[in-house]
Amino acid sequence: MPRRPGKLSRADMHRLYYYMLLTRRVEGQLTHLYRQGKVVGGVYSSLGQEAIAVGTAYALEPHDVLGPMIRDSGAMLVRGYRPRDFFLQYMARRDGPTNGRDANTHFGDVTRGVIAPISMLGELVPVLAGVALASKLRAESRVTLTYVGDGAISTTPFHEGMNFAAVQKLPLIVIAENNGWAYSTPVSRQMATSDIAKRAEAYGLPGAIVDGNDVVAVYEATVEAARRARQGDGPSLIEAKTMRMKGHAEHDPATYVPRELLEAWRKKDPILCFERSLIENKLMTPKEKAAIQDRVEATIHEDLDFAESSPLPSPEEAAQLVWA
Amino acid sequence: MPILTHLEAIRQGIGEEMERDSSVFLLGEDIGVYGGAFKVTEGMLEKFGAERVIDTPISESAIVGAAVGAALVGMRPVVEMQFMDFIACAFDQIVNMAAKIHYRWGAKVPMVIRGPSGAGVHGGPYHSQSNEMWFVHTPGLKVVVPSTAYDAKGLIKAAIRDDNPVIFYEHKYLYRRVKDEVPLEDYVVPIGQAILRREGTDIAVITYGAMVWTALEAAAQLEKEGISLEVLDLRSLLPYDEEAILASVRKCSKVILLHEDTRIGGMAGELAAVIAEKAFDDLDGPIVRVTAPDTPVPFSPPLEDHFLPNARKLAEAARKLASY
Repeated sequence: MPRRPGKLSRADMHRLYYYMLLTRRVEGQLTHLYRQGKVVGGVYSSLGQEAIAVGTAYALEPHDVLGPMIRDSGAMLVRGYRPRDFFLQYMARRDGPTNGRDANTHFGDVTRGVIAPISMLGELVPVLAGVALASKLRAESRVTLTYVGDGAISTTPFHEGMNFAAVQKLPLIVIAENNGWAYSTPVSRQMATSDIAKRAEAYGLPGAIVDGNDVVAVYEATVEAARRARQGDGPSLIEAKTMRMKGHAEHDPATYVPRELLEAWRKKDPILCFERSLIENKLMTPKEKAAIQDRVEATIHEDLDFAESSPLPSPEEAAQLVWA
Repeated sequence: MPILTHLEAIRQGIGEEMERDSSVFLLGEDIGVYGGAFKVTEGMLEKFGAERVIDTPISESAIVGAAVGAALVGMRPVVEMQFMDFIACAFDQIVNMAAKIHYRWGAKVPMVIRGPSGAGVHGGPYHSQSNEMWFVHTPGLKVVVPSTAYDAKGLIKAAIRDDNPVIFYEHKYLYRRVKDEVPLEDYVVPIGQAILRREGTDIAVITYGAMVWTALEAAAQLEKEGISLEVLDLRSLLPYDEEAILASVRKCSKVILLHEDTRIGGMAGELAAVIAEKAFDDLDGPIVRVTAPDTPVPFSPPLEDHFLPNARKLAEAARKLASY
């Protein structure tokens, strides 16, 4: 679980690095399992945009609530989910977080402060606004946060949810992950303006633009939005600019994305940039870096073994739990 | 025992639950200052305050989504649809979000969506629909349609206490036309239980909502002609009371399925199937449906009269079936 937000200590920096690395390794391993035919369904990657999920989730307090989308595995890891949860879920195993009932990152747990996404985009905005409404009604200091992509901003629930949260002055933070592409559709076909953050003004909210590949910048912008939310100043919209470095899912070679664009963004890789900055600023020694990498590898291997030896669900379980 | 209208009984039921449980609150369009388009929530704002009686923007998707979010963290929201026709605007939040959460990841979504449905008041295509089957066809929801004031109060209280999303259909024709005795003591009408409104021997008429009164009118008329109708009021459509349905069919050996909803894919089709599967040997005649035709609800009075089932149409069908 994240530490109390504030100024980032050396240990915080190491945790941010750990979670980003862990995210990349979990998703890399899922790709591997996919190619081995062990995954049921598709694999969705946040390659190149791990800083957004990790930086935003790390800025929250333990009792805060977030609603991740498909490229926010990092946020779920920060909230305490383990790599095994992802492996089990993607391989449709019984001991996975949905017991084989749903796919990919579609899992959550209210006690962990994670609300599971659905496939329909933008729908978590009103739902997290509702969690925030409950906090307001019960006078709790809980902040809620959710994500939309540059595709989800075109939906009804995004607009309705933003507006509702603004009118009610709810403690909600919406992170717009602008990675340039919604499946094969470039952002220029999604909206006729340059920045998603500009929409904030229309809702009467502050809108910020942040470098989505800079985990510290993402963290700091989220801390500021959380501070506002906690003191009753209402919602914020933060646009994190980044690039989707793979296809929509593993099956998609994304030939529609210009190669030179990917090359340019590869130089801005959020993990490599952060690692370089930590080393250059003497915030992480090569030995510490190696220890973090070893810890990530050990966790991946332990959890992979666990997940691969886990059973599939029993057929009759399909009929259970329709109603509470 | 006090005599209340259908509408007053619903209002009283909601009010009692709000007094009993501070997690119950109301969300909807014009429900506060105005008291709702039909005045179901009149006086609630004064009694419970603006925090628990929330006037919202015209955003059905955000209203239902916010209710889902609040329910996930322990509140019990009661949403008003100004007309049940508008529930289509919130469809995704109901069928893809609320209905599937417990099955997918085990969280409870205790919420009620209620509002006026049904025709007979010349409301036209967008203020008259009986669209309950959209939700009866969605596993994870419960669907309730009361016919009396006693049941309206007992069922709204049961719906609010239920840990699942409940869609509560109030027939607008009954709001001020139906009155009966409603106890002041706390009681609930359990969801899923039908009730015999009239005992008979020749034909079982299985129906719900406003059509219960149509069935009773036809039964009184046919009694003079020596045809004895039994009238079973389903009260809940999902889950429905299969035992009571089969008991009536076995007793009368002939059955008419009556509803105001249109024919294809209506509740009558489902009940005809279950009767054919489980009580085929008990039948002495064809399973007969009396329903609205498969058109939108027309506006002009002669068109709407033609559209709606009534006691005359039911009596004709009953006479024909009785002589089979």
